[in-house]
Amino acid sequence: MAKSYYDPADLRKFGEITEWSEELGKKFFDYYGKVFEEGALSAREKSLIALAVSHVVKCPYCIDAYTQDGLQRGITKEEMMEAVHAGAAIEGGASLVHGVQMMNKYKKLSM
Amino acid sequence: MPISIIAEFAFMTQKSLHARKDDLSNPVKQLEFLSNGLFAEGELPTFKQKVSQTENTPLKPKKLEILQINLGYMCNQTCSHCHVDAGPDRKEIMTVETMKDCLKAIKQTGAHTLDLTGGAPEMNPNFRWFVKEASKVGIKDIIVRSNLTIIVANKKYHDLPQFFKEHNVHVVSSLPFYKREKTDKQRGKGVFDSSIRALKMLNEVGYGKENSDLKLDLVYNPSGAFLPTDQEAMERDFKEALKEDFNIEFNNLFAITNLPISRFLEFLIASENYEDYMHALVDAYNPAAVKNVMCRNTLSISWDGYLYDCDFNQMLELKVASKVQHISDYNENELQNRNIIISQHCYGCTAGAGSSCQGSVA
Repeated sequence: MAKSYYDPADLRKFGEITEWSEELGKKFFDYYGKVFEEGALSAREKSLIALAVSHVVKCPYCIDAYTQDGLQRGITKEEMMEAVHAGAAIEGGASLVHGVQMMNKYKKLSM
Repeated sequence: MPISIIAEFAFMTQKSLHARKDDLSNPVKQLEFLSNGLFAEGELPTFKQKVSQTENTPLKPKKLEILQINLGYMCNQTCSHCHVDAGPDRKEIMTVETMKDCLKAIKQTGAHTLDLTGGAPEMNPNFRWFVKEASKVGIKDIIVRSNLTIIVANKKYHDLPQFFKEHNVHVVSSLPFYKREKTDKQRGKGVFDSSIRALKMLNEVGYGKENSDLKLDLVYNPSGAFLPTDQEAMERDFKEALKEDFNIEFNNLFAITNLPISRFLEFLIASENYEDYMHALVDAYNPAAVKNVMCRNTLSISWDGYLYDCDFNQMLELKVASKVQHISDYNENELQNRNIIISQHCYGCTAGAGSSCQGSVA
């Protein structure tokens, strides 16, 4: 058993989850593959969305995977950083918008 | 040509492995490295193991379509990914005698394409004579692989676009990316701007234009330890960006995977990307790409006239497994019976959509 929770080499083993539940694993990877195909959004656009979400959910595997995917697709580092900021802005905003709840409660409790 | 003159218009970012006397300039050492570690320990299957799952081995050639001739390793650039380890400090250049042997072979070959490469093939002092003679033979397609910057490197090369046009040469040019930063990082500072100037000169004489027979294709290769993606999507991005930013047009984009040999192998090892890169190549192994892998329809000829299954085997000094090993003894029937020599570097040509000097193959 590894002494750390994350090992970069584990990303390559992602497919192995299917070995312990073939039906669900297969369904998941079919779905996953389909999601990132060209559609109303281009595969390039979806790669940037995936990169932003990877940061928001703080998944080191996903960050490695979608930085590499972006490089392969010719996505520039400026585009990647803007995507990360878009994710971070939503995440920051999600905290801050609760400030309205704090204000509401404060006002309700105050005379 | 004396090295001091070449250096004046060269993009000297580094010296070749050969000039540095680096271990990796030795093909035996490279092949050893590529067979040790991951492959010796069984973490990854060797190419031979992998390919024999779906193909009859040893691999045999199909119909010969392309004769690829390397006119020399001298180049005005020292690109960090170069599998040839080319550069201004390389002096290996094809002689007129060897060119004459090549012309004899071209006269009798069944191949429809002649593919001239290097180094910078234009730097061979007999390059123009050779192209003129080869074009008289009547081979269908004569490709010159130009690094572009050579065209603007020195006054004596400025008329190359006109020369190419006169002999109906098909120009295939390297441009690793449509942005300055990545191109210059891989190929040397200033390479991007020079490449753009050269592309404009080619466009001006009619290359790459719609309704023109003068073909200008570009080669994209990743500027780092990652694989190329969908060639068509990449071509769309290149066309849009080059048209919008520079009003440049071209015909097709070839996406080529960097093979883990020579200077690219050096980069992989130094940046600690070697293991991940080999895993990525093996994971992306595509049996369909093996059907059309270029060693099956190509013969590679080195500056000193030896014959190889491909340009990569040439750099690894893996001569064809045939009685005929030199252009002076050329015998196509005999050569077509050979077994193709493979090793772990071959995974580079079979990953994803496959990779060849003509781009994707699957």
